[in-house]
Amino acid sequence: MNELIEVVDWSRAQFALTAMYHWLFVPLTLGLSVIVAIMETIYYRTGNERWKGLTKFWMSLFGINFACGVATGLILEFEFGTNWSNYSWFVGDIFGAPLAIEGIVAFFMEATFVAVMFFGWNKVSKGFHLASTWLTALGVSLSALWILVANAWMQYPVGMEFDPAQMRNVMTDFFAVALSPVAINKFFHAVFSGWTLAGIFVIGVSSWLLWRKRNISAAKSSLKIGAWVGLAGMLLTLFTGHGSAVEVSRVQPMKLAAMEGLYQGSVGADLIGVAVLKSNPEQTPDDPMLFSIDIPKGLSYLIYADGEHFVPGINDLIAGRSITAEGDTVYGLSYADKMALGRKARTALADYSKALEANDSNAIIAAEKEIKENFPYFGYGYLEKPEDAVPPVATTFYAFHIMVAVGGLLFAVLLLMLFASYCKTNVLEKSWLHIIGIFSIVLVWICSQAGWIVAEVGRQPWVIQDLMPTNAAISSIQSDSVQFTFWLFAVIFTALLIAEVSIMLRYISNASKTDIEKTR
Amino acid sequence: MNFFGKALDLYVDGFRNMKLGRSLWLIIIIKLVIFFAVLKLFFFPDILASNYNTDAERASAVRSALIE
Repeated sequence: MNELIEVVDWSRAQFALTAMYHWLFVPLTLGLSVIVAIMETIYYRTGNERWKGLTKFWMSLFGINFACGVATGLILEFEFGTNWSNYSWFVGDIFGAPLAIEGIVAFFMEATFVAVMFFGWNKVSKGFHLASTWLTALGVSLSALWILVANAWMQYPVGMEFDPAQMRNVMTDFFAVALSPVAINKFFHAVFSGWTLAGIFVIGVSSWLLWRKRNISAAKSSLKIGAWVGLAGMLLTLFTGHGSAVEVSRVQPMKLAAMEGLYQGSVGADLIGVAVLKSNPEQTPDDPMLFSIDIPKGLSYLIYADGEHFVPGINDLIAGRSITAEGDTVYGLSYADKMALGRKARTALADYSKALEANDSNAIIAAEKEIKENFPYFGYGYLEKPEDAVPPVATTFYAFHIMVAVGGLLFAVLLLMLFASYCKTNVLEKSWLHIIGIFSIVLVWICSQAGWIVAEVGRQPWVIQDLMPTNAAISSIQSDSVQFTFWLFAVIFTALLIAEVSIMLRYISNASKTDIEKTR
Repeated sequence: MNFFGKALDLYVDGFRNMKLGRSLWLIIIIKLVIFFAVLKLFFFPDILASNYNTDAERASAVRSALIE
């Protein structure tokens, strides 16, 4: 058992490390491609060569990030096959189809249009070059779409049927998978957060140029575009983030309860602004915070647009308890009930296996029926106690509130930068503004990573919501080998990150000593 | 020059005149070599593909693992 826990924990740590490393590059690629396309559009419309110079400068930074980030996601697929073989087999073609589409789209769109973007200046018409730049931006977003569809399915498995003969989930409705509300929200939330991140990145680099008093005109123009794209991204991220929270309340209510540190649900639940959790909050479910500043009824209002709506807490969900609009307490399936149904499904699967060996067709049909009836709770059959279905509350809670707080701070930075861009006085020349701009680069990456921590830690213990817990998804491998590759990755990723950052800094530094606006 | 000739020229000329791109391609190639020739080959076998010959055997192995 201890060996299993070690393998699961090391494999999770390895997957988290790889995914977080991958996500350092992806949002910048998503957002910077749009910013480059906007700059080139201005060049196309005005014919002003300084915009061509600016486009080329930011396109080079896009290229550095693209080159360093490309293929880092492949490692995740390696890990699926080695560490998570039960899971990889169990998800069947649900994961395979979107990832195959992603591979094809990414290869053909990006390989074609990225080449035209970088090699096509003065070789193709201005219009075709611009179209290639926009199609690159579209291509990188479409690549993200398919991997996010696959991730959304793990959070909200729909459009499939489990086949015990193949031991796989077979896709029955492609559109239910691709267009699930969780997938749509997740896609737009991720893409728009990429716009915000890239906007802040452009602001940060431009602030550094202003601080060093180099390429002032280029920096001011870039900063203005970065601020507009960042602000648009931020507003749309807020909107889709709200949509995500509503979807989470519907399909993963335990995650929402963990995000808010809500143990005991209530009618008219408050929204936590700032708070510190007690060290053992589950022991005082009515008062789990050391201190908190709340917005009265804010959570009920935000999720249900009704300040008097009941929001279930962790203990309510475990007990299957809810309160109706009329104020009546009602009980649905408790987690203990779901565990019993899940065990029925597991037992039926064992019966199915025996019937298969005995070639007993009647027993096979009976077991299939039992599995089908109880399959929605299949994963609960692996839990030892109902509390095992509670995610790590502190990590989820703090990651969520860090994301919101830093996001709020960045919103203020974007407004400040826009104000400074249009202000007639010399605010843009103030050193404190430049320092804020530069420091915001670190903040935006913290915010972006925190968002994924909420999404992935908050859905534990499920690798597929309700159907497969993480400890059932793992392969039969030794923890030593996973530990070794974890540290190997840590070394490789650190080296690659140092390489990217140093190439990027050297490029920015060298370019800043030339006239960026002059076409090279 | 036809369309394919022009497209080929775009790539050949582009690769030949790269400056920053040379370092970036070097990083990409080193990365791919490490990923595929070292990590995938020695550390990340596809457990089910390498241990079992048919899909039926793989399904049976996963079924056994999930029943245990």
